[in-house]
Amino acid sequence: MENKETYWSENIRIILICLAIWFVVSFGFGLLLVEPLNAISLGGYKLGFWFAQQGAIYAFLGLIFWYGHKMNKLDIKYAEGSE
Amino acid sequence: MDELKLYTYIAVFSTFALYFAIAWWARAGSTSDFYVAGGGITPMQNGMAIGADWMSAASFISMAGLIAFLGYGGSVFLMGWTGGYVLLAMLLAPYMRKHGKFTVPEFIFDRYYSKTARIVAVACLIIASLTYIIGQMKGVGVAFSRFLEVDYGLGLGIGMFVVWVYAVLGGMKGITYTQIAQYVVMIFAYTIPAIFISLQLTGNPIPQLGLGSTLADGSGVYLLDKLDMVVTDLGFKEYTTSNLGGTLNMFAYTISLMIGTAGLPHVIMRFFTVPSVQAARQSAGYALVFIGLLYTVAPAVGAMARLNLMNTIEPTAGQNLVYDERPQWFKDWEKTGLLKFEDKNGDGKIQYTSNKTDQPIITTGSISGKEIVLLPNEMVKVDRDIMVLANPAIANLPNWVIALVAAGGLAAALSTAAGLLLAISSSISHDLMKGVLTPDLSEKNELLAGRVVMTIAILISGYLGLHPPGFAAGTVALAFGLAASSIFPALMMGIFSKKMSGTAAIAGMVAGIGVTMMYVFQHKGIMFIPGTSFLGDMGKDWFFGISPNAFGAVGAIVNFGVAFIVLQFTGPCPANIVAMVENMRAPGDCSAAHDH
Repeated sequence: MENKETYWSENIRIILICLAIWFVVSFGFGLLLVEPLNAISLGGYKLGFWFAQQGAIYAFLGLIFWYGHKMNKLDIKYAEGSE
Repeated sequence: MDELKLYTYIAVFSTFALYFAIAWWARAGSTSDFYVAGGGITPMQNGMAIGADWMSAASFISMAGLIAFLGYGGSVFLMGWTGGYVLLAMLLAPYMRKHGKFTVPEFIFDRYYSKTARIVAVACLIIASLTYIIGQMKGVGVAFSRFLEVDYGLGLGIGMFVVWVYAVLGGMKGITYTQIAQYVVMIFAYTIPAIFISLQLTGNPIPQLGLGSTLADGSGVYLLDKLDMVVTDLGFKEYTTSNLGGTLNMFAYTISLMIGTAGLPHVIMRFFTVPSVQAARQSAGYALVFIGLLYTVAPAVGAMARLNLMNTIEPTAGQNLVYDERPQWFKDWEKTGLLKFEDKNGDGKIQYTSNKTDQPIITTGSISGKEIVLLPNEMVKVDRDIMVLANPAIANLPNWVIALVAAGGLAAALSTAAGLLLAISSSISHDLMKGVLTPDLSEKNELLAGRVVMTIAILISGYLGLHPPGFAAGTVALAFGLAASSIFPALMMGIFSKKMSGTAAIAGMVAGIGVTMMYVFQHKGIMFIPGTSFLGDMGKDWFFGISPNAFGAVGAIVNFGVAFIVLQFTGPCPANIVAMVENMRAPGDCSAAHDH
């Protein structure tokens, strides 16, 4: 029982980290901070524009795989602990 | 028959033959095969199938065109339609897979122990899915009529027949394997022209990099800088900064599309086809790999198509294209009525500017700073949907590439239609009939019912594609609004709140849908009937400037708020439900199978 609860609270912690990054790369860099970031260029891209049309998607990808990886490790850890 | 038509026939009919062969090989024998493909799909296969399921005729044909004309404002679609997968992967899919049932309304029924909740969910699902299918059916009809010059109705009929064969025969199993094939067809059809065009314009074959590169004409100017300069000198908004209705509207729009994506039942259903919770998480990642491949190419296609279009009409500043010397693709699209030219000043040349008046306007270019004379715009209609379809022809690509685009567009429309049809038929045969009306239905009869319902759904959607209701254009807002304001919050609260009760969740769903629909209807007309809107369809009347399409986010907030307030007054859910939620949240068990 206690095991299940620590597993769940660790899951919540990982989700919150992921969603914070999710928010920053899309709503932060791609929308709210787009003007200051556009002053910086990445090749021919303005940086804010790049985040909105390219970068956010790459970050989303990284986040989902990282989350899956972390959770698989947790699953193994807690499955062993309970048996 | 000319070469292009011959290639197109070969491309279209060989892909159809492939889908039939797969359908025969993967036909369904049980309800588990029919609803969840037996639960044995690998994460990578599922990711590809989700990609095809999700990317519709709108993603394939319309999105790059939208971006071409909206520029930076088009980012809401790119971020919104991909960011939803982060939410799915972390907030919904793994727990719903752990629970291990067949459909979304079934999950809602179990969690909220209420037949009313199940029926509300079925209703949301059917409305959202049917409105979506109309668009797919129209896409099939249009692709046939334009590329093969077949009658629109006949094209639609052929499309209905193809879907019927593999969806009814194979159920989820057949649909999954055909969707994998359709994804491959679709992604080749989308990226090959983009690679050619990127290579032509910038010398870089990777479109994602080409968009940030310098032009290959030796000028050393970056493609996006050139595009900004060209469009602003014609009075249009700067491409890389043009906003879509203000930052708050873009914010709300993006979040509505994200939670709408995460709440679409035909996408969620696909996560029930994999064998474990780990596989469900991984499928979301693979899905985004395959979707991201198209979605990161789309902005390059949009920008490059816009630049090519501008360059065709005005090859060098002041030297406009003479109408009688217009290229063949221009004539072809004029025939469809999607491209229209009016020689307002009678000079025989084409002027394409932002000036919608009849008089020339003198102004200064916002980037070049030089004085410009904007003659009245003579390109009176440039339909954004032609950008992807005409792109290969505008760039003078070989005929086999154009033929491939036709097959790709059809694959996009058919794969999404099949997924939606399955969502509809399972919600009726499994949730409404087996779950509520006739619980003693045998498995064999349930399978038969599923097939009959799917056939009826194909006929209805075919009819709606042939006679689109007047409100069809506005219904995308309806589908996403419903998913965002009702299904997503109900599912999320069901997992993340142990206390959430059936009464409170139903109150939240009804309030969320109510607010969203009222907002859409008051600005767009009741059921989109013109003249029945009681507030204007104008920016100044919108709540904080949020457009009706972007209002799902507000509906979702209302849903969460109402549900928690009602929960305070009516008390939490029973102990057996709390135990069920705890089980959903428990560490994933690799051996968990469908307990049916």
